[in-house]
Amino acid sequence: MAAPIRIRASMQADKVVVRVLMTHEMESGQRKDTDGKTVPAYYIREVSARHNGRPVLAAQWGPAVSKNPYLQFSFVGGKPGDRVAVTWIDNRGETRTDEAVVA
Amino acid sequence: MTLRRRDVLKAGGAATLAAIAGPLRPRAAGAQGWNQAAFGGKTLDEIIRALGGSGHAVTRDVSWGATPEIAENGAAVQVSVASTIPRTEAIGIVIEKNPGPLAAYFEIPDGTEPSVVTRFKMAQTSNVHAVVKARGTYFVATREIRVTFGGCG
Repeated sequence: MAAPIRIRASMQADKVVVRVLMTHEMESGQRKDTDGKTVPAYYIREVSARHNGRPVLAAQWGPAVSKNPYLQFSFVGGKPGDRVAVTWIDNRGETRTDEAVVA
Repeated sequence: MTLRRRDVLKAGGAATLAAIAGPLRPRAAGAQGWNQAAFGGKTLDEIIRALGGSGHAVTRDVSWGATPEIAENGAAVQVSVASTIPRTEAIGIVIEKNPGPLAAYFEIPDGTEPSVVTRFKMAQTSNVHAVVKARGTYFVATREIRVTFGGCG
């Protein structure tokens, strides 16, 4: 089971600023191991975020996103106590969803 | 997730099966939603075509926030892109000299700020393009990021 996604959602004026830290190897598929064999690519391909169930971001990623990806974005129309959920899906079909409350 | 599955098993029946088929469907659709052609594209033009565009205009209406001009560690270069183009629908990040230049593509629905921050691996010093889709048109802003220590791995 993949490690939890860390999500911080906080009000800044009228915006909800969302900071997300995911735990993932994000193996590029370019690297070789000590035997000279290519390490297969293993990376998050899709990330989506919802505010009280409403989509607020949909991303597609390639293997160039850094290990343990960081993402920041913001949206309007939220208030303290609202819920922000983030989901990722990697190229092996593994997925993880976590949720935070807007502070 | 486990709890939910247990509840579903307890409840049983065709109606419940239909209920779990629902939440599963977006995932299947999502797998097709990943744009293989765009991520396989080798040039900016190829990538924009694969995203559905036909050419692009150069823009200055993109701010790069705290994006560095010189990155000491190519394994994690924090790129910040904000578009001031009205009705921005999507933002893509293309790192020209990476093996797969399209690094990320963000779809921005109404109500979400056209502004994203993510960290990327950069193999070497390269032009980085912000590709902004607004009202169906593609705009590109470019900045060079110098990498003093590559982050290929």
